Amino acid sequence: MLGRLSLSAIPLDVPILVGTFIGVLIVGVAVLGLITYYGKWGYLWKEWFTSVDHKRLAVMYIVLALVALARGFADAIMMRTQLALAYAGNPGYLPPHHYDQIFSAHGTIMIFFLAMAFMTGLFNFIVPLQIGARDVAYPFLNNLSFWMTAVAFMLVNISLFIGEFSQCGWLAYPPLSEMQFSPGVGVDYYIWAIQISGVGTLLTGVNFFVTIVKMRAPGMTWLKMPVFTWTAFCSSILIMATFPVLTVAVALLGLDRYFGMHFFTNDGGGNQMLYLNLIWAWGHPEVYILVLPAFGVFSEVVPAFSGKPLFGYKTMVYATCSIMVLSFLVWVHHFFTMGAGPDVNAFFGIATMIISIPTGVKLFNWLFTMYKGRIQYHACMYWAVGFMVVFTIGGMTGVMMAIPGSDFVLHNSLFLIAHFHNVIIGGVYFGYVCGMNFWAPKVLGFKMNEAWGIRAFWFWLVGFFFAFMPLYVLGFEGMTRRMNHYDNPAWHPWMLIAEVGAVLILFGVVCQLMQIYVSIRDCNKPENRDVTGDPWNGRTLEWSTSSPPPVYNFAIVPHVSSLDAYTHDKENGIDTRQAGGKYEAIHMPKNTASGIACGAFALIFGFAAVWYIWWLAAIGLVGVIGTVIARSANKDIDYYIPAEEVARIENEHTRKLMAQAAE
Amino acid sequence: MKNKLLARMARLGGLSSALLLAGCELDVLDPKGPVGEGVKTLITTSVIAMLIVVVPTIILTLWFAWQYRQSNTSAEYLPKWSHSNKIEVIIWGVPSLIILFLAVITYQTCHSLDPYKPLEAEANTKPLHVQVVAQDWKWLFIYPEQGIATVNQLAMPVNTPVDFDITSDSVMNSFFIPRLGSMIYAMAGMQTQLHLLASEPGDYMGESANYSGRGFSDMRFHALAMSNDEFNAWVEKVRASSEQLDSQTYPKLAAPSEANPVEYFAHVEPGMFNTIVAKYNNGMVMDKSTGKMIQVQQSAMSGMN
Repeated sequence: MLGRLSLSAIPLDVPILVGTFIGVLIVGVAVLGLITYYGKWGYLWKEWFTSVDHKRLAVMYIVLALVALARGFADAIMMRTQLALAYAGNPGYLPPHHYDQIFSAHGTIMIFFLAMAFMTGLFNFIVPLQIGARDVAYPFLNNLSFWMTAVAFMLVNISLFIGEFSQCGWLAYPPLSEMQFSPGVGVDYYIWAIQISGVGTLLTGVNFFVTIVKMRAPGMTWLKMPVFTWTAFCSSILIMATFPVLTVAVALLGLDRYFGMHFFTNDGGGNQMLYLNLIWAWGHPEVYILVLPAFGVFSEVVPAFSGKPLFGYKTMVYATCSIMVLSFLVWVHHFFTMGAGPDVNAFFGIATMIISIPTGVKLFNWLFTMYKGRIQYHACMYWAVGFMVVFTIGGMTGVMMAIPGSDFVLHNSLFLIAHFHNVIIGGVYFGYVCGMNFWAPKVLGFKMNEAWGIRAFWFWLVGFFFAFMPLYVLGFEGMTRRMNHYDNPAWHPWMLIAEVGAVLILFGVVCQLMQIYVSIRDCNKPENRDVTGDPWNGRTLEWSTSSPPPVYNFAIVPHVSSLDAYTHDKENGIDTRQAGGKYEAIHMPKNTASGIACGAFALIFGFAAVWYIWWLAAIGLVGVIGTVIARSANKDIDYYIPAEEVARIENEHTRKLMAQAAE
Repeated sequence: MKNKLLARMARLGGLSSALLLAGCELDVLDPKGPVGEGVKTLITTSVIAMLIVVVPTIILTLWFAWQYRQSNTSAEYLPKWSHSNKIEVIIWGVPSLIILFLAVITYQTCHSLDPYKPLEAEANTKPLHVQVVAQDWKWLFIYPEQGIATVNQLAMPVNTPVDFDITSDSVMNSFFIPRLGSMIYAMAGMQTQLHLLASEPGDYMGESANYSGRGFSDMRFHALAMSNDEFNAWVEKVRASSEQLDSQTYPKLAAPSEANPVEYFAHVEPGMFNTIVAKYNNGMVMDKSTGKMIQVQQSAMSGMN
């Protein structure tokens, strides 16, 4: 009846987990209680959960990303604390069984649910606004993508309290992840979390690709498109090209585990290196899926706060596109040590270092954007300058590891860990937080608190150096990743420094939460409200509409005649909004519960498949498919906002603008 | 001008690495064999080449960030300036030249540091042949020419090339002795090769550099480099052990164990390594000299699975 699920699957013998569970329970009950007390369920359901509005989904994605940050960072600081303690015979406070789950969960959560969710949030925030569109091409799929990602994250967290998570690292290399060596449910949780969120990500890629190709405002030719949209475009192409590879690789692993097949097993003709090739054929482009949009953020933020156009716009576009193409040609650098021949290794090594040329050019472009500018130091500009310094170092260590001869001693060492945190924290995370600070007033209508934002930056920056520079040294000292204890006394001092770094980053995270809290608390203060819709003297179309934008974004679709369309209009006295023009009824998509229903059924399916509860899995699968069919048959999916209503909203905004101008 | 700068940077690099070395033991940058020496030179050269771009970039970033701050009204402000062919040529050109240089040394070192390439030895020195099997969670070393085997202890004479054949009887691991240089994966049903040489006597840490499950952290071994006489004495010591390794005793050894102590086997069944590879490979094993697949005798396989 319940497959392999029994009461013994609940880890009551692990005090840390019991404590966490009680904590989650208390917070959960408190949150649900407060929502009920204030009678907000209807509001949440109508305005958020079933919303197909890209701006609402953006906020939900970023909330999801921040929850994932809390979980993933808790894992990180637990690992650092373990390694600060566990040396010279002291086993530390985490048994291997627990420690191995933590590093696997940390990587999985940070990449799939922090970084990917944050990135999709930023796409949703800005891409439609930046290209003058009223929503994305497929608003329902957008909602469905969000719920697929959200339930996959829930599945990962359920594994904390029912059963276990994978102990095979964030990429679950076989044969370790095969049934023979990992008979528990951990890898199955991993498989279904990846597959369900993979559906969401793939749909996001398709959605934004089509949106950018088909829905740009009239006049916005490819080379008049803002750089952030360019990076979102390249990222979407990479998602469409590579996420199916991930899906196939993980599905084949699933076939091995569920049906006793032999794709990657030791025996029966399986080959583990086939999995490594497939997973990295996705995994390397994935790095660029994440970092290109971060580059896009900096390409918007640096010009805005330097009071100048971006230096070398065309170079930036070509560099982005060449990185996109080159990212497919480098996957073997993740396993030079498998014993491929010198020519194969040389090819992939050189292909890898060639990527550093367009990447370096991007850095110089931001540098010369600041050159002879008038730089205003808002919180986002701190993240941008910090990024440029940190990322340069990460780029250098990346090229070091791209040389196969060097990689033969640095591979899988803590040097590697330092390198990819250097680019993922310094590049991806700094970029996304920068983007959140930059665009928050647009989406929310109020600015985020500057003081707490800057404090968060300094803690993250200094904490980063303390946490990861020692790891470079440890790599040179021959320490490999994923150890849960060690006996080399030379390693211990560096681990202690890294622990200090982790604590500093903890302060950084706390400052970010404070920033969010203070920003919301003070959101009605006049100095924080963004009445004009253009708080930073922005250059692109999203700043031409009100903050927060009306549900339809643009009452009259703007006409684009140059790069930096809004700056062009402002300088030439053109009213991009065309206020007082002739408004027409606007065609909009209706909210739908189909996305959340699909998500709920997918969660049921995933959980049941993990535990071999086949009747429940069948219900879940039929539920997902049935919901999609029902949704496809539903014709009542759109409505019109009458022209008078549009006029009322627009005139209201115009009145506010004039009142502001009169002050 | 550039040469001067390079020389100065090399000095600076040398100085800082010397400072670091004084402070701690950087195994990888203080190698005890020619392979490690080669890798060390490669790492230092590539880092110095990259610093030519990295250092100015960081300095320029901080300088521009400070110089063009809003409050510095004396700095020039060009609100329309966004293109310069001269700068474009430099920012594409200089990094491209450095990558070209790195590409050349990458290609060269891929060949010169190829783990599969036998090392040159002094005259009259015959390479030592060691077969390595990664198990859950320990390392089995078979010395086919001496007919002995050990667990978690690897001995070798100094200045003698060691030819390793590496496989796994479990999940993937990576065979790594940081002081001696390169690592290579150990994979079931496959055999990889590695050539190392220790030029100084010592007790070097050996480890698995690829996570392999719960006992991974203790999957360490000692790599002992010693004189020829000491090595011969060590072989005799192993031969004095009462343990034997054959198809009957092997399964007990291969069963998962954590923090396994050092073990000696006075005698090892001939062909043991091939049998371990072949049992994941339809009874076939690759003949290293010809590159062809050959059948391993079935009788040897009985009892090993």
